[in-house]
This record gives sequence, C-alpha cells and structure tokens, in this order.
Amino acid sequence: MSTPSEPAPFAFPHRHLLGIEGLSAAEIEGLLAAAEDAVALSRQVEKKRTTLRGRTQVNLFFENSTRTQSSFEIAGKRLGADVMNMSVGNSSMKKGETVLDTAATLNAMRPDIIVVRHHAAGAVALLAQKVDCSVVNAGDGAHEHPTQALLDALTILRAKGRIAGLVVAICGDVLHSRVARSNIILLNALGAQVRVVAPSTLLPTGIERLGVEVFRTMREGLAGADVVMMLRLQLERMNGSFVPSVKEYFKHFGLDGAKLAYARPDAVVMHPGPMNRGVEIASEVADGPQSLIRDQVEMGVAVRMAVLETLARHLPNA
Amino acid sequence: MQPQDDRPLLFVNARLVCPASGRDEIGSLLVAEGVIAELGAKVPPTARAETVDCRGHVLAPGLVDLGAFVGEPGAEHRETIETASRAAAVGGVTTIVARPDTTPPVDAPEIVDYLMRRARDTASVHVYPMAALTKGLAGAEMTEVGLLLEAGAVAFTDGPRSVASSRVMRRAMTYARDFDALICHHVEDADLAAGGAMNEGELASRLGLPGRPVAAEALMLERDLRLAALTGARYHASLVSSAESVGLIARAKAAGTRVTCGASVAHLTLNENDVGEYRTFFKLTPPLRHEDDRRALVEALADGVIDVVCSAHDPQDVETKRRPFAEAEDGAIGIETMLAAGLRLVHAGDVSLHRLLAAMSTNPAKLLGLPAGALTVGAPADLILFDPDAPWVLEAARLKSKSKNTPFDQARLQGRVWRTVVAGRTVYPYA
Repeated sequence: MSTPSEPAPFAFPHRHLLGIEGLSAAEIEGLLAAAEDAVALSRQVEKKRTTLRGRTQVNLFFENSTRTQSSFEIAGKRLGADVMNMSVGNSSMKKGETVLDTAATLNAMRPDIIVVRHHAAGAVALLAQKVDCSVVNAGDGAHEHPTQALLDALTILRAKGRIAGLVVAICGDVLHSRVARSNIILLNALGAQVRVVAPSTLLPTGIERLGVEVFRTMREGLAGADVVMMLRLQLERMNGSFVPSVKEYFKHFGLDGAKLAYARPDAVVMHPGPMNRGVEIASEVADGPQSLIRDQVEMGVAVRMAVLETLARHLPNA
Repeated sequence: MQPQDDRPLLFVNARLVCPASGRDEIGSLLVAEGVIAELGAKVPPTARAETVDCRGHVLAPGLVDLGAFVGEPGAEHRETIETASRAAAVGGVTTIVARPDTTPPVDAPEIVDYLMRRARDTASVHVYPMAALTKGLAGAEMTEVGLLLEAGAVAFTDGPRSVASSRVMRRAMTYARDFDALICHHVEDADLAAGGAMNEGELASRLGLPGRPVAAEALMLERDLRLAALTGARYHASLVSSAESVGLIARAKAAGTRVTCGASVAHLTLNENDVGEYRTFFKLTPPLRHEDDRRALVEALADGVIDVVCSAHDPQDVETKRRPFAEAEDGAIGIETMLAAGLRLVHAGDVSLHRLLAAMSTNPAKLLGLPAGALTVGAPADLILFDPDAPWVLEAARLKSKSKNTPFDQARLQGRVWRTVVAGRTVYPYA
C-alpha cells in the first residue's frame, strides 16, 4: 500500500459540523474523499498524522455513548490532538448546570474542537453559538448525527462504488432516530432513492415530505432495495408504547433471512449499533455475508478523522 | 349440536328479505353443503331436499351481534359460550362477536386461540372473539394487534372501558390503522361520570341518585372523532346513547372520517323512566337516557347515522343485581330478545324492516369482514326464518341465558323466530 498523501483540499466554508442539512453535495463528497485517505492511513502500522498537533479536542457527552466517544477519541489521537473526554452524563455538571453554563466553562479552557452529544434536539447548535472553537455534532436528540450519515455513505460507496441511483431502505424507529434524519438528507443530496419502512407509530408526521417513500411492510419496503439500513429500537419503546411487543415487532419488522430475501440478492445490510439481536435484526443477518456492520465501525473512525481535519483548516493560526 | 343429515334444505313460500341487496320478494331458497345454493321467485324443486314451507314468513340473513359478553374465560357462573349460543340461536343471532373484558382479558393470542377452540367445541352459532385494545384493559399499552389478528381476533376494544389517555389512544389507532383493524370504543369520560348510577337529570335528582351526564359521552366521542380524523383509523363508537352523540357522528361522517357507531336495542326502545322505583335490571352502561335522546337514536337509525344495532348482552347474576341501585352492577342480557324487541321500532313505523335487519346483520358483518349479512348465492347459509308479527309475552325464566337479568320480563313482544340455520345446519328449534 502506498503512503497516503495529505487529503486534497476542497472548499468547506463552515466552522462547525452541526448537521448534514446545509452541506452541498460537493462538500459531502469532499469529506468522503478525505475519509478514504484516512482509511488507508488507519490500516498502516504508523497511523498518526500531525494535522492537529498542539490542538485540544474535548469530547463532551451529555448522553453516554461508548462507541461514538471512542471513535472520536481515536480519530483525534491519530491526528495528533490532545483529546479529553467529558461524560457529563455522570458528572456534577448534570446537576443543574445549563448547557450554556457548561459551554462557557469549557470555552474558558480554550479548546480547539468540541465534539458534543446531547439528548435534546438543537442543544449542540445552541452550544456552538457560545464558544470560540469548532463544534462537531455527535448526535442531538432525534435531530442529526452527521458523522454517522457520512460513515454510512462511505461504507455504501466502498461496497457499491456509487450512491446515486441506489435504493436505500431505512427500517425501524425513524421517529426517534437522528441517524435516519441525517441519512435521509445525505442520501438524497447524493442522488439515492430513499425509503423508510416502519409501523406508523414509529414514523414522524410529514416524513414523506423529507424526500422519502413510505412503506409499512418490509415486503414492500425492501423489494428491490440495494441497501437495508436497520435502526435500533430502544427498550422503553418496545412494550406497548410505540409497538405492542418485541415478539410482534420482530415478526413484522425484524430483519431476518426471509425478509432480507425481498431485497436485491446483492443487497447489503447496515446498522448504526448497538444492535438488539432478536428485536430489529436476527443474528443470521447481522453476522451474515451481506452484513457491513463491522465495516461501518471502521469507517466511523476514518470519517471522523476527515471531519476533524477539515474543520481544523479554519482554526485560528492554522 | 345434534347430529343431522346433510340433505339439502329448501325453503319455499318465503318472504326473502336481504338487507344487503334490498331484495324483498316471495320465493324459495335452497341450502346445500352449508351454503346458499340458489334463491329467487322460482327455484326448481330438488328431489332429496327437506322442504320447509315458510308460509310467507320472513327468511333473512342471521343476525350478527357485535359485542356480547359470553362469560368465558372467568365468569362461567354468569354465562358460557354454550349458553350464550343457545340463547343466540333462539333469538335469531347466528354470529356472536364476543367482548374481551373477561378474566383474564383477551389480550394475548393464546387466549384468542383458546376461545376459538371453545367456540368450535361448544357453540351452536359462530363465535368470533374481539381482542383487548390495551394490555390488561389498563389503557396504557397497546396489545399485539398483528399477532391477535392472525390468531383470529376480528376487532379491538377495551369493552366497557374507555382509554382515558389521548396519547395511548392515538398510538393504538395509528398502529391499528396499518393493519386496517377495527377499533370499537366505549365512549364515556370515566372521570366525569365517576360514581354515577343513572342518567344525570331531573329523574336522577328526584331519586337521589348520582348522575352520569350526557356530556361525559360527548367529551370522549368528540376526542375520538378527532383522533380518528388524525390517524385515519377505522373507528366504531360501540354504544351511543344520546342525541348529542348522534349529531357528532353525523358531522364526522359528513366530513369523510371513517367512523361508524352502534346502539343497543335497550337504548332504542327504553328510557330512563323505566328505571322507575330503582329497578336495577334497567341499570345499564351507558345509562338509559331521556326520551328525547331515545327518539334521536331511533331517527339516527332510520337515517343511517347509526350503523349497528346490538344486544349489549351482559349477563349478571342475581346477587350483583339485588342491591341498592347505586351499588348494583350495570348490564342487561339481550341476545335472545334483540330481534323481537328491535321489531318494536318497525311496528311503530319508525324504522323499516330492511334498515333494522341491515343494522343487525349486514352492517356489522361488513365492518368485521365476515361472510354474513346477505342472501347471496355461495354465501354461508346463516339464516333466520321469523314471523315479524307473532305476539308473545316474554318470561325471563324461560330464557336460555345462564343469567336472567332482562329488562323485558313480562313484556308484550311481536316477532318470533321459527328457525335458525347456521352454515346450513338447523340450530333452532333443536332437531
């Protein structure tokens, strides 16, 4: 493998990455190309670059997420940044301090990049207004999770060679999913044909106006699909509140071999993790030959490196 | 069921009344292999057939009773599927749609399966279970609509309970809509009606009884109609009892919402004055209302605003009824008397025979997707032969129901069933 060069510069006139909404197709493609380089870098013995040397990256997680937080941590460290993790979910900051107080406190410590996860939609954008550094949205409520959508796109691109024209079925709890929203926007921007498949109780009102075709059965929704993207169903939504039971949900919407057979024979299966085996996905599929779930995790690091590097271009003294 | 031969059955000289097609003519009808094989003014005689001379009496589709309490499981001292089905056969009901508010409630596929097997083994008429809309009828979590439908449930209801939470109701309706499942809902704001024993008004005040206001029904119904419009669910208000309610339903229908409603024979033929001196057999849910309300219900039935007329069959044993009025249980039996009592409306000239029979057979069958309620070649031979004019006096002790809490004891009725046929087999009179 040849030594990867520095990523080709592309125009990215944004200080923050708060969502996929507002990014142009060219900007998305630029980030994906940069991420390709990061994949190559990450597969070498020497995985480090110095782009972020001397920079401080704070991972501020108001909601616990081991996977996303470690992915951002590895990404930052591979670029040479000093990474600090703050899990507010179990700190004293949880007790009474507002998001803006936290932002002000943190800002005084002069970080260069803050990666934020918050349970409330819009909270990351609110925080971004009050700090002097770059902010990356690592998920805000049911709003956006832009790096997840980028890593999903990179995974699809590497498996299928393109995104334009593909039929992508996003299945499950669309109502509560930031992953679904970011993916819908990104995949539409790159020309995919996006579907959502879910019981009506798990679909937000007016979802069809977001540029998706709506299906309420897996048989119809998966017919002819190139990509089947499963969403996680939270435990507290399973027993009678949004769906009657795990048993009924799995029967109608859980992805098993029989339902996957409705999709194209070369369809790939994705899941943002962590999976509920036997709820939204069967092990035979999650661990099967069509699954790209492990690849998604690897692409996650690469995409986050690309995002951090790209935002660092605009940092003071860059 | 008695063993019977499988000879074809030929009804001759019958007044064929089909509320689905509007047919009303003197003619014959041939039943073979459990289905209607032929019907019309001229049906050629069949050599082997057992011939029944109908003497001009009405031959019509068997009745479909939407929402009867059959006692199983858990209240077998009040009623069983067997006794309910015998009462049904005498009354001309060929399909019982059973309420799920049993003990335990019918909120899991296994219980639906149990009921279907009990019905197969002990019932002389068709019995279809409705399933609970929420787990344990608690109004909090929706049931497994998909699995319950697959098991054989024909509709979803919490029986005599209303789902108080608008959020839960909305989600249940939204979810049920995906399956095109029918939701039947009891419409009363239980909080507003709490503690009430009869219709709120002058009479309740005179009797010193706490009232259940008409507004409690209107509140819940109006909420439901908005949710039905919002979700697109198929919604049926099980029992409406007031002029205000039929007005709300009429408006919702005019606006194109997919809603229907039902009323019980008791509410169409009795009013709050029948409570008289604290007669607990007239204590019902919803309560019997003012005569103006009853008249409005009858008019709504005649106009087609009320789609379904049912028995609201609710057997109660003597002990729960022989109590001070406010403490007595609600409910009356009615499956055996629904046709005869309902015919009062026809004899009074308020409702046509076709309209009444449609509301008791064609319309509920259509709502539930059951192959009943029409005289059609190829349809299952669920038939009743009755004389709409035959006079008789009802004696509660002779009713087939296990419980005898009828509001029509000693009532003079007109209209008697002579023969009830289910899937081509005569189930009444018992052969």
